Amino acid sequence: MCVKRVPLTGGKMVLTADEQALETRHLGFTISPHEECGVEEAVRLIEQHGGEVTVLTLGPPEAEEQLRDCMAIGADRGILLEDGGEEWDPEASAQAIVAAITAAEEADGGFDLIVCGNESADAGNFQVGIRVAYALGRPVATGLKGLSVDGDRARCEQEVPGGRDVYELALPALVSVLEGINLPRYPSVPAKLRARQKPVERSAPERPESRLEKVRLLVPAGQAGQQAEILGEGPDAAPAVVEVMRDLGVA
Amino acid sequence: MAGALVLVEHADGAVDELSLQALTFARELTGGEPVAALLVGAGASDAAAGLGAYGVSSALAAEDERLAAYAPGAWARCVTDAIERAAPSAVVAPGSNRGNEVLAHVATRLGHTFAANCTELRSQDPLTVVRVRWGGTLLEEARVHGELPLLSVAPHMVAATSANGAGAPAVEALEPALDDADLAVRVSEHVETTTSGVSLADAKVVVSGGRGVGSADGFAMLEELAELLEAAVGCSRVVTSAGWRPHTDQVGQTGTKVSPDLYIACGISGATQHIAGCKGAKKILAINTDAEAPILMSADYAVIGDLAEIVPAITAELRKVRSA
Amino acid sequence: MDGSTASSLPATAQSVVIGAGIVGNSLAYHLAELGWSDLVLIDKGPLPNPGGSTGHASNFIYPVDHSREMTALTRDSVKQYEELGVLTVPGGIEVARTEERMEELRRRMASAKSWGVDDVRLVTPAEVKELVPFIDESVIIGGFYSEGVGVVDSLRAGTLMRERAQQAGRLTVSPNTEVLGIDVEGGRVKRVRTTRGDIEAETVVIACGVWSPRLARMAGASIPLTPAVHQMIDIGPVPHFAGAKSAIEFPIVRDMDTNMYERQDGSGLELGSYAHRPILHDPDEIPSVEEAALSPTEFPFTEDDFVQQMEHALELMPEIVGDESVGIKYAINGLLSLTPDGLPILGETPEVKGLWSAAAVWVKEGPGVGRAVAEWMVHGEPEIDLQASDIARFYEHHKATEHVRARAAEGFNKTYGIVHPGEQWGSNRLVRLSPFYAREEQLDAVFFEAAGWERPHWYASNEKLLEEFHDRVNGREAEWDSRWWSPIINAEHLAMRDRAAMFDLTAFCVFDVVGPGALDCVQKVSMRQMDVKHGKVVYTPVLSPSGGFRSDLTVMRLGDDHFRVVTGGAHGMADLKAYRDGAGHDAQVVDLTSSWCTLGLWGPRARDILSSTTSADVSHEGFPFATCRTIEMGSLRVLASRISYVGDLGWELYVPIEQGARLWDIVWEAGEPHGVVPAGIGVYATTGRLEKCYRAFGFELDGEYDVVEAGMDWGKVKEQDFIGKDAHVRQRESDPVARMCTLTVDDHNGANGQKRYMLGGEPIVTRDGGEPLVDAKGRRSFVTSAGAGPSIGKHILMAYLPPEHAHVGSELAVEYMTERYPVTVGSADSTAVFDPENRRVRS
Repeated sequence: MCVKRVPLTGGKMVLTADEQALETRHLGFTISPHEECGVEEAVRLIEQHGGEVTVLTLGPPEAEEQLRDCMAIGADRGILLEDGGEEWDPEASAQAIVAAITAAEEADGGFDLIVCGNESADAGNFQVGIRVAYALGRPVATGLKGLSVDGDRARCEQEVPGGRDVYELALPALVSVLEGINLPRYPSVPAKLRARQKPVERSAPERPESRLEKVRLLVPAGQAGQQAEILGEGPDAAPAVVEVMRDLGVA
Repeated sequence: MAGALVLVEHADGAVDELSLQALTFARELTGGEPVAALLVGAGASDAAAGLGAYGVSSALAAEDERLAAYAPGAWARCVTDAIERAAPSAVVAPGSNRGNEVLAHVATRLGHTFAANCTELRSQDPLTVVRVRWGGTLLEEARVHGELPLLSVAPHMVAATSANGAGAPAVEALEPALDDADLAVRVSEHVETTTSGVSLADAKVVVSGGRGVGSADGFAMLEELAELLEAAVGCSRVVTSAGWRPHTDQVGQTGTKVSPDLYIACGISGATQHIAGCKGAKKILAINTDAEAPILMSADYAVIGDLAEIVPAITAELRKVRSA
Repeated sequence: MDGSTASSLPATAQSVVIGAGIVGNSLAYHLAELGWSDLVLIDKGPLPNPGGSTGHASNFIYPVDHSREMTALTRDSVKQYEELGVLTVPGGIEVARTEERMEELRRRMASAKSWGVDDVRLVTPAEVKELVPFIDESVIIGGFYSEGVGVVDSLRAGTLMRERAQQAGRLTVSPNTEVLGIDVEGGRVKRVRTTRGDIEAETVVIACGVWSPRLARMAGASIPLTPAVHQMIDIGPVPHFAGAKSAIEFPIVRDMDTNMYERQDGSGLELGSYAHRPILHDPDEIPSVEEAALSPTEFPFTEDDFVQQMEHALELMPEIVGDESVGIKYAINGLLSLTPDGLPILGETPEVKGLWSAAAVWVKEGPGVGRAVAEWMVHGEPEIDLQASDIARFYEHHKATEHVRARAAEGFNKTYGIVHPGEQWGSNRLVRLSPFYAREEQLDAVFFEAAGWERPHWYASNEKLLEEFHDRVNGREAEWDSRWWSPIINAEHLAMRDRAAMFDLTAFCVFDVVGPGALDCVQKVSMRQMDVKHGKVVYTPVLSPSGGFRSDLTVMRLGDDHFRVVTGGAHGMADLKAYRDGAGHDAQVVDLTSSWCTLGLWGPRARDILSSTTSADVSHEGFPFATCRTIEMGSLRVLASRISYVGDLGWELYVPIEQGARLWDIVWEAGEPHGVVPAGIGVYATTGRLEKCYRAFGFELDGEYDVVEAGMDWGKVKEQDFIGKDAHVRQRESDPVARMCTLTVDDHNGANGQKRYMLGGEPIVTRDGGEPLVDAKGRRSFVTSAGAGPSIGKHILMAYLPPEHAHVGSELAVEYMTERYPVTVGSADSTAVFDPENRRVRS
């Protein structure tokens, strides 16, 4: 299971002075919602079929917090690839992940399924999973809202207008999931305490040159300073609201 | 820029809105140079016919019967083959689920850089784009290195505009060299789901509730208003995490992105991940006790107060006005 | 202006209350109740929950505190919450895992009895299990069960109070309104500038919790508190609580030894902790409402700080906490306000008139504080005496951020701690050193700190005195009784009574009242006659409008327009404010604390010693008692004042601070042949005065008791007007319902054969039935001061007793750690139990 440490944002995006990152002084951290569901899905699969969940992340040393959170809901061990404090572009990320997975598989045997979030909450590049799959020679299905395993095949469901598309993948495979595939559990206190004892392997891969190179971040115009027109206070505002609706042609 | 290749999506003989936006972006990218379109799957050539109005001078239609069901690898093969044929200097696709997926496959196969969900071209040389982060509540200016950049266009961030002059494009058939690996992952089944009511993604009006609604039962009054307006009911992530509504109702960065004419946000504070899902709305009305709630920074209208009093009042007023 | 149509701000107001948490809401309501209209309540956040500490408070109330003031405020708050219909009473249990803690719980029982909280009892582990079935009783050895522990909806309470004031047409409420500045003119608050306009205000109250220091700074005042974290998590759904009909049906548990609490919250269990490392934040670094992910006072949870707590909770409640199906749903580092001494910060700021503080208040005192401060503002005095929380108590050095943070950090982990009454602070010491410090250090003084001053409490080098007085000095057997104490104190006392002792009294607060209006000022503020001869020293109470004590101090008349006030360091700054408030335009009050140092010299040989250093006439006739004048000692010109707080012959000697070391040496050299000893505050503040039945402010004397009850109504009432005169006259005309008495302990033997020595705060009860004594005003009798009386060989206790028991020889008992010890009344007025005719002082 591949996860990424991202800040928990509030109602406003505040950048650091150099415009290179979000100001995270007052923010906590978590993993992307898609990944949260991915971990839950992975844990459910091993609860059903037996096996082990390894959770991997490329991030700062503090990302261990996220690995432990995943362990608290059932992951068995973690791999932390230290990013050296830099942002890695999707190609570079995939490369590091592939190297780590290859090493892990050489040491402990193959992964039947590699699970990713469809896209990370912050960078949203939509491609790491696919790149990893190709490098490892695994079939890949993305954007899944349903997943089940039967023997050596995985049944994958994607939501499309009008219904669901189904794919069947032969294992070993890679899938990326979307939030909504399940409702993740909350960790219990004993699980949290156990998670602190589970093993985490650390390494610091070299970062190649970025080919998708971040220049700077920008807060979109219209986020600050826009003032909503106050139609009124309390139920007395109802007539004003209905008038607006009529003007918009929706009432 | 010597010309772009655009992956155009279509259904029932018509090109979809996001692809038209992608074509508009591609025209800007090429700065007047020819734009070639690639359409894949049954009905491709029909759909290609009308693309002249959007500046497409030539189109490749891949209608091989093995392409009847979607398979990302096969679509990617079509793109790589089309690249060989058209020799574009950039490949553009709509930032839909499939568009992003296909370009990611292409990028991996060819070893090129893929920048997803672009909104703007900043400069040609070096190629610099503005792309979406955090579902659109943050943007990134990024340089795209490499000889053949692959770009997808963020949905509804670029207005689709027609081009002048051009007549119907020259449409040619494309026979992709598909192999088993390309077809290994394909849609094997389509399950119809019966959705009652209006679909969130298509609704003209969405009545959405957040933490302020208080409970699953609290949504009853929102449903009532939605029914009157023939609207869909949505919710924030707080609501789905609490188990009050299913994930299919969730509007947000990791839920459904909506673009109604009117989005009514009841008791929603306006966390950025939620705004990412509803900023496509033409107009947003926020109902909240807090005049400083972040949602008001994105809303066009607001009513300050308790939604439990305000929503029924709106419903009653609507009924009154209609019966008059 | 943002176009919001919330009620617009008035241009003027009688009072602007800033902060709509539980305190601000309550205060606005009570101001309206007391008759003020034109009130404005603003908050930069939205309503009903502006995002402050009230919004995420754990909302439970334990009524018993070792502080009488806090207990009174809590009791009043509970009454208010009940009246508002937001109080549930599930009860609460403080559990003990150690024997030390059980002893502390017994002390809690005593405090409860002293303050009149009766629905409490000690319980066994089995009884705890009955009340809280999901506890593992094998982990605890007992508990303190308080039936009256309640849970409140503080947000709702605040809302109701605010709405009442609005409905009465007296209050305008403006949320989403940020204060940009507070203007001060002529030392008086004038105007509040906000994002929605300016308001000219007669009074302004800062009730902003963690934001208070920022607001105060805008006006040039100081509210020394620091935001700090207290962690809490919510786990659920708890099978045990399924089908819960209300938010809380089981008693709240405080796991004291682990600094944690556990309480039911609907279907979940909330675990809170005060055990983690102190995590302090900067008031300027609190995020805005938009930036914060949850609310400005709910910070991201730092899990590493809670690991130990998870383990402790697992030990105590394995059934719930160990249940794998119970998940952690919510976890925050919540912000609350901490002060350097752990008490709230209330009252008119000394820096700006009309600017009031109501900050660092917990939900359990919220409504009570609102009422008390409102009364203070409207009537000039609160019904509940707030002298311990008075903002005027802070010295300059207390206001330094580093001091606030150091003490707050040190105090934080003592939230559920066992704090000895004599306990000393360890952080930020050595700030104020008297000129005698080097000498004292050489003599191995054991330094205690008061108001920042390092003062010898006793001297280790006086150990040899234990030999000399071995038959009259004994140690204390129980560790608790002997903590922060030494039998050397008693030996120093006896040496003083035998020959003489020197005391460092530099911690006195000294200020001069000067100017043409000086006499008027001191006359108005002090109870006793101030128009006396130059060189007269007057010991006088300072009263509140209702005739209770605000202070007691001495005033020296040094000239027509020159009075010098000398008061104890602990309360000095509040006294300074009292005189400043009483000064008209033609009088100045100048703080000279850091200009003068004081050396006390008392004992039967004091005159011999003094006269050998000076040619001045220091005979009894030549230098009468209660007079002062400048004499030359060696080459120093010294202001000598013949009074005595230790009840012996002697003087207070004042010199400019830079000459202190020389003064010490002069007296020391002169004293050596007479056997003078250095003596510490152990003697000065306790043993000396207890034998003489001298009352002390903050112990025997406070706002709750009047001069007649305190037995200090000697002399006649002066003609001139003074604060509290009318009440005082009325009190003299009626019989007191309680009298300050001095008792001695007859038998120290405890149940296990160990001799026990009371330390203060214990309830006085009847000898046979152990019934508490209650006066006609409903006040309980409890020990206001306790200590050794070495000269009479007895342990002395002081207490107010109802008239039927207030006579010499009356036999009663004191309850200490739930055991009863017989005591007898030795004095029922100000007659001393040692040297009752005051021969020594007047020799």
